Amino acid sequence: MLAGSGAAVALTQAPGVQAQGSSGGAATPPTMPVSFTVNGKEAELTLDTRVTLLDALREHLELTGSKKGCDHGQCGACTVMVNGTRINSCLSLAVQHQGDEITTIEGLGTPDNLHPMQAAFVKHDGYQCGYCTPGQICSAVATLAEIRAGIPSHVQDDITAAPAFSAAELRERMSGNICRCGAYSNIVDAITEVAGA
Amino acid sequence: MRPFTYQRVATAAEAAAAVAGNPGAKFLAGGTNLLDLMKLEIERPAHLVDVQDIEGLGTIEQAEDGGLRIGALVTNTTLAANERVRRDYGVLTRAIVAGASGQLRNKATTAGNLLQRTRCPYFYDPNLPCNKRNPGSGCAALEGYSRQLAVIGSSDKCIATYPGDMAIAMRVLDATVETVQPDGTTRAIPFAEFHRLPGDEPERDNVLAHGELITAVTLPRPLGGKHFYQKVRDRASYAYALVSVAAVIQPDGTGRVAFGGVAHKPWRVEAAEAALPQGAAAVTAQVFADARPTEHNRFKLPLATRALAGVLAEAKG
Ligand SMILES: Cc1cc2nc3c(=O)[nH]c(=O)nc-3n(C[C@H](O)[C@H](O)[C@H](O)COP(=O)(O)OP(=O)(O)OC[C@H]3O[C@@H](n4cnc5c(N)ncnc54)[C@H](O)[C@@H]3O)c2cc1C
Ligand code: SF4
Ligand code: FES
Ligand code: FES
Repeated sequence: MLAGSGAAVALTQAPGVQAQGSSGGAATPPTMPVSFTVNGKEAELTLDTRVTLLDALREHLELTGSKKGCDHGQCGACTVMVNGTRINSCLSLAVQHQGDEITTIEGLGTPDNLHPMQAAFVKHDGYQCGYCTPGQICSAVATLAEIRAGIPSHVQDDITAAPAFSAAELRERMSGNICRCGAYSNIVDAITEVAGA
Repeated sequence: MRPFTYQRVATAAEAAAAVAGNPGAKFLAGGTNLLDLMKLEIERPAHLVDVQDIEGLGTIEQAEDGGLRIGALVTNTTLAANERVRRDYGVLTRAIVAGASGQLRNKATTAGNLLQRTRCPYFYDPNLPCNKRNPGSGCAALEGYSRQLAVIGSSDKCIATYPGDMAIAMRVLDATVETVQPDGTTRAIPFAEFHRLPGDEPERDNVLAHGELITAVTLPRPLGGKHFYQKVRDRASYAYALVSVAAVIQPDGTGRVAFGGVAHKPWRVEAAEAALPQGAAAVTAQVFADARPTEHNRFKLPLATRALAGVLAEAKG
């Protein structure tokens, strides 16, 4: 168990909607301007300070590729890259990202011009329902970059050595992306092909 | 989530003053723990002071005494990947990469990680009493399901554990937490004194004052020896520890050991370390002499002994 009954409680509250009776009256909740780049395009928004990066992308910029699974950092469906690094966009406020460069699944490739990782997921059937897939693919692209950059992992025998690519490394490094359909073995095949291992 | 105002600050003194002057204010670093709790309205700050822009808190530097100074904003990923940390403080890299996920470690900061709150399931359930969440309301865990919870150092008010991994390694390394206090003065808190036992005030996880900002964690000179972080959990990755062992073992069999997942703070009994050459059971008999397990978490005691035995066997190999 990661966080008790967390997810169930949070999902009863729609994004951007004020929790009932929690603001102590009719006061308008604070808003703030924020600007960042999403998939190479400038975005300028004025948002309730509570809006997460995920909700800004989905509800305000209509980039619905990034998914909301748990809204609590437990599933990875919301994974995007910020300044080249993967994070859970559900556990980050939009206003924390002033000036940042954000890449979502929509920025990796298009239906006519798939990113190699997208193409590999299609080829290897790396999904069933597809809900976790945008997060899996963003996470997979970032994972290969992290291995190339020498970021260590829990499954390395020698923590001082450069990490090597292996299925065990992939399983460990992709553990923040849950797939309820259990497409894991095909996901590993897809990433392995792109890694050229 | 409750509404809040948001502010960015440029200096540590400005940050400390901004939070100290406002009882409803909190620091925001990566946000991976605070925002999670704010969504559940377990944390309800009216004002957030985002510390990400503060100069000088994002670097890892050699300290004058030959040790290492880790800025409060250094991410878990950056710290774990640092070459000196991997070479000289391997237990720290091992502990960090055993925690959370790649995405979370990219965002989590050194200070935020130390201050992450318990994962007691009742703390997370606003419908049930919890002295840590709502002081004086009672403790649902005492009569509840306590498999994950503390076996030692607990009180009649709270039996929660400190859930983190990195801090267990920092305890073994005898780290120091450096802060700026609301009046602008600094202090250095030995790691052993940083996290608290629950006692009569389980709402206080650590000794920081409201508005006291962590600026760095410093490590003393390297200890040498072999470094281990053995984490036992319900699945192979992306789960909190049931029991964890951070250890530095020297070629002659002497060393240091601290345990995670067993208490409200990283659990280390220095006096017991003299027994390391005699084997795991000799050590844990002393480390857990005052244990008060529940019927659900009694298994953690033999588990701790076996986890340490595994480490000691590997150290010999
Ligand atoms: C699904 C999930 C699984 C996880 N699994 C693990 C695990 O296995 N092991 C593990 O160790 N952790 C785990 N974590 C916890 C994670 O490591 C923490 O959320 C993270 O380290 C917190 O860092 P942050 O910078 O995001 O903190 P924030 O959320 O920004 O802050 C946390 C607290 O620290 C305070 N704070 C932040 N910076 C400062 C400062 N400089 N001075 C004073 N106060 C400050 C904030 O006010 C807040 O109260 C997990 C988290 C999630 C969501
Ligand atoms: S053990 Fe502590 S955190 Fe858990 S319910 Fe009891 S008081 Fe709350
Ligand atoms: S939505 Fe599940 S991790 Fe963000
Ligand atoms: S494909 Fe359905 S959750 Fe992964």
